Amino acid sequence: MGLVAPSGAGKTLLLRSIVLLDPVQEGQIAFQGKPLRDWHLPSLRRQMVYLPQRATAFPGTVQDNLQQALQLKVNQAQGSGLAQDDAKQWRANSRILHWLQQLGRGQDFLQLQAQQLSGGETQILALLRALQIDPQVLLLDEPTASLDAETTDKVETLLQDWLQAGNRAFLLTSHDQQQIQRFTTRTLDLTELRP
Amino acid sequence: MNGYITIGYGQLALSALLILVNVGLSIGLKLGLERSLAIASLRMVVQLLLIGFVLEWLFTQENPFLILAISLVMASIAGIAAVNRTSRRFPGIYLNSLLSVLVASSLVTGLSVRGIIQVQPWFDPQYLIPLLGMVLGNTLTGISLGLDRFMEGVTTQRDQIETLLTLGATRWEAAHKQVQEAIRTGMIPTINSMMVMGLVSLPGMMTGQILAGANPIDAVRYQIVIIFMIASGAALGTFGVVLLAFRRLLSPDHQLRLDLLRPK
Repeated sequence: MGLVAPSGAGKTLLLRSIVLLDPVQEGQIAFQGKPLRDWHLPSLRRQMVYLPQRATAFPGTVQDNLQQALQLKVNQAQGSGLAQDDAKQWRANSRILHWLQQLGRGQDFLQLQAQQLSGGETQILALLRALQIDPQVLLLDEPTASLDAETTDKVETLLQDWLQAGNRAFLLTSHDQQQIQRFTTRTLDLTELRP
Repeated sequence: MNGYITIGYGQLALSALLILVNVGLSIGLKLGLERSLAIASLRMVVQLLLIGFVLEWLFTQENPFLILAISLVMASIAGIAAVNRTSRRFPGIYLNSLLSVLVASSLVTGLSVRGIIQVQPWFDPQYLIPLLGMVLGNTLTGISLGLDRFMEGVTTQRDQIETLLTLGATRWEAAHKQVQEAIRTGMIPTINSMMVMGLVSLPGMMTGQILAGANPIDAVRYQIVIIFMIASGAALGTFGVVLLAFRRLLSPDHQLRLDLLRPK
């Protein structure tokens, strides 16, 4: 599903609220028929990963960044995606290598210092970091805003492939109407919700 | 070497002339500090003279409840002062600070007075009040440094904390680095001062005892006990206040509640 609305209308706030990054003042949000309040939020956020418009990298290499996300307790406890051994002793598995290849990056991308990456490369890192924990829903806030046209195409292909793999969904905001149409079957215009 | 020279009011006035150095510098270099210097000097003199009279009266008291009440007032002032030195606020910050100061200082002072120095009776104000005062002063510094650092840390590293949260981190996993950094910041001044203690700095309490005619070895022993008290008080207070702030600013819903922070 795509979200459209003018700047400042609350697209980002809505995405953040869906994973309860911000307290929700009124109304209720439910996931899989269960109100958010009843979820263990770290588990919920692992199934619905929110990717902000401006991605953040942590100190260390790209690989360290990917590893860090897998070492969180909730991932270890519920350990799908990568096996527990992989989380402790991270190695690039075939999925990651496949994604990297789709994005036109080699394995050497993993060894780059994450905080020295460009905005676009950081966005790629964030995408990989999210995909590897196997979410069911991706909340994408302008996912390609900082990417060049070529990388945008590649990211879109990657996301399409990911979506095809079944039982997965996007909630996407984009300034690019065509991108929303390419990706999504339904579009929600937030301005129409205003009383 | 018993006894000491009593300082009269005339001598006090003479010592005040020393502050003219600061005033001269301020005027000469246009530092604009004259007003602050005057107010600060006056406050210092008035506050100290007042506390002198209060202590003189207090030391004649034998009512433990009165002395406890005064201790409580001192601790509360320290708790409030600690927050006033920080640059951000959140609802409940004063309560957090008060609670941390109270628990840390009463534990450390209580244990030392009862268990180590073994003052009889334990509430003897000649011991309890100065010891508590010294513990409070340093706990206050630790708390304000730790608290300020924590609020600064979660504000500047908001993106990192929220990124971890979106990946399924618990609030502790997301912000424990900022907690560590804040507690470290609160504990470092005591460590630094212990490093140079006796080499560069002669602690005021020890100097005071020596001036008052105490045997230097005895004075040093007191100082050692007090430094350990100060160190543990500051550590305990910082730990408490940072943990309380963590629980406040990272909600049970694993959210970073920067919306609760207000500038001073």
